[in-house]
Amino acid sequence: MFLISCPWCGERDQTEFHCHGEAHIARPENSLEMDDAAWGDYVFFRKNVKGVHLERWTHDHGCGRWFNAARNTATDEFLAFYKPGEAPPADLERVS
Amino acid sequence: MTQDNRLPAGGLIDRSRTLSFEFDGKTYTGHPGDTLASALMANGVTLLGRSFKYHRPRGLLAAGSEEPNALIQLERGAHTEPNTRATAIELYDGLNACSQNRWPSLKYDIGVVNSWLSRFFPAGFYYKTFMWPERLWMTYEHVIRRAAGLGVSPRLPDPDRYEHRHDQPELLVVGAGPAGLAAALSGARAGKRVVLVDENPQLGGSLLGSRDTIDGQSALDWVAGVRAELAEHPCVRVLTRTTLTGYFDYNYLIATEHVTAHLGPQASDDLPRQRLWKFRAKSVVLATGAIERPLVFADNDRPGILLASAVRTYQHRFGVLPGRRLVVFTNNDSAYSTAIDAASAGVAVTLVDCRDTAGDAAERGADAAGVTRMMGSAITGVSYRNGLQSVDVMALSADGTRVDGPVQKVPCDSACSSGGWNPAVHLHSQAKGKLRWLEDTHTYAPAACASTMPHSSVGACDGEFSLDQALNAGWAAGGATGPAPSAERVASIGALRPLWVVPCDHPVGEGPKKHFHEFQNDATAADLWLAQREGFESIEHTKRYTTTGMATDQGKTSNVNAIGILASSRGITVPEVGVTTFRPPYTPLTFGAIVGQNRRHLFHMVRKTPIHDWQADHGAVFEDVGDWKRARYYPKPGEDMDAAVRRECQAVREGVGLFDASTLGKIDLQGEDVAWLLDMLYTNAWGGLAVGKCRYGLMLNEHGMVFDDGVTTRVAENHYHMTTTTGGAARVLGWIEEWLQTEWPDKRVHATSVTEQWAVMALNGPRARAVLEALTEDDVSNDALPFMGFKEIQLAGVPARVFRISFTGEQAFEVNVPARYGRFVWEQMVAAGAAHDMVIYGTETMHVLRAEKGFIIVGQDSDGTMTPSDLDMDWIVSKKKADFLGKRSLTRSDTSRDGRKQLVGLLSEDPSLVLPEGAHVVSELRAAPPMPMIGHVTSSYFSPNVDGGRSIALAVIQGGFKRKGDWVDLPLIDGRRVRAKVVDPVFVDAAGERVKS
Amino acid sequence: MSRYSVFSLVRNAFSYHQNWQRAWRSPDPKREYDVVIVGGGGHGLATAYYLATECGITNVAVIEKGWLGGGNTGRNTTIVRSNYLWDESAALYGHAMQLWQGLSQALNYNVMYSPRGLLHLAHSVHDMQEIQRRGNAIYLNGIDSEFLSPEQVREMVPFMSMEGRYPVLGALLQKRGGTARHDAVAWGYARAADAAGVDIIQNCEVTGFDIQDGTVTGVQTSRGRIGAKTVGVVTAGHSSVMAEMAGFRMPLESFPLQALVSEPVKPVVDCVIMSNGVHAYISQSDKGELVIGASSDAYNSYTQRGSYDIIEDTLQAICEMYPLFTRMRMLRQWGGIVDVTVDRSPIISKTPVRNLYFNCGWGTGGFKCTPGSGHVFAHSLANGDMHAIAAPFSMDRFNSGALVDEGAASAVAH
Repeated sequence: MFLISCPWCGERDQTEFHCHGEAHIARPENSLEMDDAAWGDYVFFRKNVKGVHLERWTHDHGCGRWFNAARNTATDEFLAFYKPGEAPPADLERVS
Repeated sequence: MTQDNRLPAGGLIDRSRTLSFEFDGKTYTGHPGDTLASALMANGVTLLGRSFKYHRPRGLLAAGSEEPNALIQLERGAHTEPNTRATAIELYDGLNACSQNRWPSLKYDIGVVNSWLSRFFPAGFYYKTFMWPERLWMTYEHVIRRAAGLGVSPRLPDPDRYEHRHDQPELLVVGAGPAGLAAALSGARAGKRVVLVDENPQLGGSLLGSRDTIDGQSALDWVAGVRAELAEHPCVRVLTRTTLTGYFDYNYLIATEHVTAHLGPQASDDLPRQRLWKFRAKSVVLATGAIERPLVFADNDRPGILLASAVRTYQHRFGVLPGRRLVVFTNNDSAYSTAIDAASAGVAVTLVDCRDTAGDAAERGADAAGVTRMMGSAITGVSYRNGLQSVDVMALSADGTRVDGPVQKVPCDSACSSGGWNPAVHLHSQAKGKLRWLEDTHTYAPAACASTMPHSSVGACDGEFSLDQALNAGWAAGGATGPAPSAERVASIGALRPLWVVPCDHPVGEGPKKHFHEFQNDATAADLWLAQREGFESIEHTKRYTTTGMATDQGKTSNVNAIGILASSRGITVPEVGVTTFRPPYTPLTFGAIVGQNRRHLFHMVRKTPIHDWQADHGAVFEDVGDWKRARYYPKPGEDMDAAVRRECQAVREGVGLFDASTLGKIDLQGEDVAWLLDMLYTNAWGGLAVGKCRYGLMLNEHGMVFDDGVTTRVAENHYHMTTTTGGAARVLGWIEEWLQTEWPDKRVHATSVTEQWAVMALNGPRARAVLEALTEDDVSNDALPFMGFKEIQLAGVPARVFRISFTGEQAFEVNVPARYGRFVWEQMVAAGAAHDMVIYGTETMHVLRAEKGFIIVGQDSDGTMTPSDLDMDWIVSKKKADFLGKRSLTRSDTSRDGRKQLVGLLSEDPSLVLPEGAHVVSELRAAPPMPMIGHVTSSYFSPNVDGGRSIALAVIQGGFKRKGDWVDLPLIDGRRVRAKVVDPVFVDAAGERVKS
Repeated sequence: MSRYSVFSLVRNAFSYHQNWQRAWRSPDPKREYDVVIVGGGGHGLATAYYLATECGITNVAVIEKGWLGGGNTGRNTTIVRSNYLWDESAALYGHAMQLWQGLSQALNYNVMYSPRGLLHLAHSVHDMQEIQRRGNAIYLNGIDSEFLSPEQVREMVPFMSMEGRYPVLGALLQKRGGTARHDAVAWGYARAADAAGVDIIQNCEVTGFDIQDGTVTGVQTSRGRIGAKTVGVVTAGHSSVMAEMAGFRMPLESFPLQALVSEPVKPVVDCVIMSNGVHAYISQSDKGELVIGASSDAYNSYTQRGSYDIIEDTLQAICEMYPLFTRMRMLRQWGGIVDVTVDRSPIISKTPVRNLYFNCGWGTGGFKCTPGSGHVFAHSLANGDMHAIAAPFSMDRFNSGALVDEGAASAVAH
């Protein structure tokens, strides 16, 4: 049971949140020019790193906001929480 | 029976009161403060159960929660509880207990044949046999299943209740022995919010079974002083009878408080049986003590052979000893106190020490107490017949692998052993903590913690076995300044001689005597060696192959012995063998406690519309749709569902009907970019929608598949009202928020769920307007409020939003009023409708009416693999828009290929036959399956309105559009073979005139 | 291989079981193999077994970084069934079901396949539509399938709560569904594969792939390089890590999946019971433990732990459906790492690297298909071309969109 720090509300139980997988995937603006493989990559392929993973969470049972987190999937240690639109902290060591 | 084994004095029991209890039908007595185990011991009952596999007779091994043998079926009927450890059951008056896993009785158990045949049942024997003939496995299994299992599951509803509580202590201390008490006291003095938990009814832990002194007073007085001081601190919570069972990420821990366990079924109904505590602790101090491990000697499982520390606990805490002639077998100094204390109580004690010498103090104490010492010796056999008769003792070779010399028979009625101490690292291990092997005490102790679960271990659970060090470490962990409590006497285990398997007069595993390391599951040293011999070398393989550590005690007394046995037989070090993982929970955790109060009506919420109660009062039959209760139909007396639905369907098409549509998802959208957003969300174009107009739309996911539909209305310049499917409301709002917050944060749109703010009533039928007009002064004529129009009016004195949208193909008004007026307006409508013979209809009729028009229900006629084209809805996909969610996917090779399943209508050959929903269309009818399937029926009803009454269906069929007019076959699971004609899915008013009337 | 039988058991008893052979050897890796299987779980071992016994390729190594069957093979809830909706799935899981029958005899190892019946409950009209669609499809695919009325369900499981928050409106019964002993499946395949000449190499971690001109030529391991003409990767939760080593991506996410058992009791649950609406399933092991599982956690993790609230939700559902179990106790709780695809169907596929094949994406339900997965994968590796049953499960489907979407059709993941 994680302790998650919502950038707007602070530390709360994991049960207030949902995880939505990989962060920082921009929706392609030229989708009609993409081939099936490139489009398939956008729709179906997600990073699944064993190490530092940048991922999206929502504070469903709280402020309802989306935010990002950096978590080491090998240890479940959170390294950072940050707002959408912000770049991930630069000093995240890749652990594997 | 009298309590023959009760000592004349001593123990923390209340001798002024006598409790009576029953075990296997016989009545015994005990005292408040006893456990069932101590009371049975007092009464001289040593045979308490039968082992899992060999059905060997078993008695007590331990005095605490590590007990593997004495598992009891506690109480009967609805209060029954299987596999309860006798050592953990506090005695109460009228307690009823039964032994388990025996038939017909504990003393004469037929299962004991397994023991006689045990030679043929080594570890894993079942993998090697029961294979012939194949068809007989289910018979073998039937017999095996009945022989296995231990106690019996309850068969009646649980009369008790359970609850949850949450707490966020700054300091959570687990275990109220000397280290834990010192930590809690220290934390309290430092001003911290402290929670102290302990599984026993009293504080004190190991001090309760000892005669130590602390700060110049007796240990028990010191404990009483600490208890009193902790009670004074307002921020300290002390929880006894509370077992910390689970240690999860980010210092989230759970503990079970046994609120009424000591009261039994007579406990007040006001109290929960158990209370589950959920802690999120800033810091955690584990002071869980250590668990003694037995020596693995010949027939060491016989009833009457206990752990040495358990004997001491029984003596000091309960004033009882297992017999008058005790043999203590040890490889370390700690068991000397047991021998000395028992001898002081008048018991004849023989001490068998596998070492040639013990510590000076230990030897002197033993000699002074009159204990007979046999040094450099080992127990090589046990004589047991309805009780322990004697043990055989022989001299042990220097390397510990052989015994020599004459056999000395030592008569006794009880025995105990100590093979050393295992720190209770279970919680540390659950918290992903690492372990280190201590070379001097030959045991595992905690090492580094995981970063996500920081904690400290203090006292014996940290591998520090002296009282003084335990007090110091606990005090330091609590954070107070000032001197720590200090102990007068330093207890120690001295120089331990590792002796993982005690040899006997025949090679271990090759004779009649058995050396158990794992009692409950009957695993022996020979089983471990067999596992090695057969290649199950990994400790995890050994564990699984021999079932070591997989019993209900999770190997508390057996795991380290097993590892030691493996290391010594393979000639490698213990750390090279590795360890298995301790998994939650520390002791078995009652399902009810985990569930807590979340049962029955609190299990999962029910959503009801503002009109629900009226519907219930008027005979509605409800169905579950997501979390909602929806009225399915309203049977009149004597009507079944079919009859009620036919009547309702006909009445709507011929007159007027009223339907509660409040469950529809509703999202209020405001802002200058709503139209832009709708263009992205829906497949069609939204730019030209005028204020006061409604439009239907389909939503796709990025995979191009339909995932919701609904009508969105432009209420004002920058204000829209979106409806979604009942089940999809939350999903759609989440979808909108996701895009707005993560991809289009610059777009100015506010999305708010208003599903529960509006009560929605759908008036449908040629006379719908007439009913509406009876309740309003406003103009709701076709000119003022045409099809797909929207208007705000006063209805029965209430402000209402009226939408000219229809899910039936009839003239229809969807009336939205604030939820608090819902029932009032509904009743006004019912009253106004009476003049028009208005019918109240439910979801079933709604389904039939929409199917007659070929309107889909997303999730029923589509399933997440259907595109708009597949649903014959190309008309709603804008060709002009540059982009919308899912657009690119519609042109992928698979989405644009021929032969996809397409939505069509079906008319069965026999018009009275309603095709079963889920029936499949095959391309080739064969005598028997398999048959190639090309589609299935998604919706199917009897329609009273089509052709004067016949069945209709919607289906998705490969290349369905081109098959219209063809006959297709549907072989049903009940053996019937049905034919149907593929038709257009619109069965009523194909021209679409009625809806505009 | 010395055969196991009741006679060998008796014979060995008289020598105090001192003469049993190793179930499998512990060889040093050779320099090169025709086929190297990465991953010593059930699927990998089954692949090796069928390669050696059916495809005539015995120069095979199975490389396992830990101990055999230590991943999801030894962590699942042992359910065997083949009641899937789509034809492609039915073919694959049905194939496995045929191999389960007689597997103990074929392997000379009792895997305790117990076709005790599997019930899939329906709690709403929507559930009924779903099980009817699926039940009919299963029937027409030639797999046993039967609808039960609430009365018939009550007869099979008299203690089930039929009228609670989730009423039981009906159920789908697969009589051949049931359970098998998970460890025995891994050990049985390992022993039989070893006997057929396969080298099983434990404690050997793959650290990289040797790829020349787009063709795999071997693997780098913690015990040195091992050459291979063909490599099959069967590493479940770690498949993405393996794919990254080989230089491509897999459409997978690795989630925690938890399970638990109760203390053992005498027989009380005689079949396997699962349901879509109430996310929990239950059976009883031969030892007597209630074996309970639920949905996966919804975040990526490699820690083999999940969140406690999943356990709470699961047991709430169990106690709502079976109220008599509230006084039973949870004995053990654990987690595994499941590799999940978007369509909840596996990937059995060639990859961008020639002669490198992946078999993964089994998500929460791989155990039941162990024999079928190994069988079709072995034939694919042997022929250099995908077996007809495996072909629809190519990773290309995520480009074309031709998913085998068991998820969209609302079959709950198990």
